[in-house]
Amino acid sequence: MDYKNTLTTCTYCGCGCNFFLESLDGRLTGTIPCKTGPVNEGKLCIKGWNAHEFVQSDERLKKPLLRKDGELVEVSWDEALDFTATRLKEIQKTNGPDAIGFCASAKVTNEENYIMQKFARAGVGTNSVDHCARL
Amino acid sequence: MIDQVKQKINELLSQGSVKGVVALAYAHGHAGPCLFQKGDDLDALCLGDEKKAGDVRYPLNKVLITLARQYPDDVFGVLVRGCDERGLYGLYRLKQLEPDKVVPIGISCPRDLALACECKKPWPDDMTAGEAPNEKESGGTEQKGVQDVEGKEQPERFDFWKDQFLKCVKCYGCRDICPMCFCYDCSLECEDLVSKGDLPVDIPTFHLVRAMHMADRCIDCGLCDEACPVDIPLRLLYKKTAEVMNHEFGFTSGINKNEISPLSLMGPMPEK
Ligand code: SF4
Ligand code: SF4
Ligand code: SF4
Repeated sequence: MDYKNTLTTCTYCGCGCNFFLESLDGRLTGTIPCKTGPVNEGKLCIKGWNAHEFVQSDERLKKPLLRKDGELVEVSWDEALDFTATRLKEIQKTNGPDAIGFCASAKVTNEENYIMQKFARAGVGTNSVDHCARL
Repeated sequence: MIDQVKQKINELLSQGSVKGVVALAYAHGHAGPCLFQKGDDLDALCLGDEKKAGDVRYPLNKVLITLARQYPDDVFGVLVRGCDERGLYGLYRLKQLEPDKVVPIGISCPRDLALACECKKPWPDDMTAGEAPNEKESGGTEQKGVQDVEGKEQPERFDFWKDQFLKCVKCYGCRDICPMCFCYDCSLECEDLVSKGDLPVDIPTFHLVRAMHMADRCIDCGLCDEACPVDIPLRLLYKKTAEVMNHEFGFTSGINKNEISPLSLMGPMPEK
């Protein structure tokens, strides 16, 4: 019998609410907001409350998808990254860097978002950087 | 107090009379629910008193239900305050836990906490540590919050609750934290009653459906109040529902171990 509460930070937005992911024998069974977490003090929004749900969801994407002949098919990370890099370069060359926009995410760390905007500005050469929270 | 609790947990685990004990423990600087098993270090154990008595309470009975559903044949110990024990009685009655599969480890609450909770009985019948004050000393029986609202005129009361309900962000936290909410199909997710994905919440359906469902279940622990991100006085609402249950049927959820709920009886009212 392996019952655990793992203290972690919500991945849904940038607020950083603390909760425990409750697990029994290796499967997630619940989310419990941390009362002593200074950001959320034992409260959560509906997304946070259901953070344990999506991890084990059958509908979760586990591999990159690439549209081939109008159909989304699972491909390897190498293939997806090669395709993306090639197309980005082509678009940048034919239509200019401002033909490309970048959308940062609330679900990644500050540092990852920093790298992304750096790539946009210094790598591709555009200031078109936005964030999913504005969508 | 904590030493007596530790000693009791040690006894239960070393004798093998329980498979594990659901309690609170510190990890990474925060108290949270945990399961102690044989051989575990009890140093991290805590009782949920951080800055004030009982300010870091968690729904341990809910954890117990999760364990019992998976391991129905095992016996578990559980740390309980007065309200948690009332919860156990309710959960036995509602067939969510089996009394012979649960060993409560009871602690009483200090007077300041009992007053803040306006608690009807801030101690468990089965007490491992602390003492049961007499009812007068416990000071918690006076339901001042309910009386205050009751003192307002009806239109003012109506506006008060409407304004409170309007704040709701429909996080479902009140339900999710509640140790007495265990249904697989929740009425608050029934689209004939509550619309999906819309705000403001359906007023007053959302909050009154929950209040009705808690009428014979709520054991007045206050965890919903503490989990509500917009400070809706939910506990106050359920205290009023409990008062109606008491006045009409002489029933108080969880106060007597083997009491049957008037809401689960068919036919004429039994003699009081
Ligand atoms: S409701 Fe009563 S038993 Fe529960 S924490 Fe408050 S004072 Fe203690
Ligand atoms: S006080 Fe709130 S959390 Fe506690 S039993 Fe009642 S409804 Fe549930
Ligand atoms: S916890 Fe508060 S905000 Fe969340 S659903 Fe319940 S009443 Fe609404």
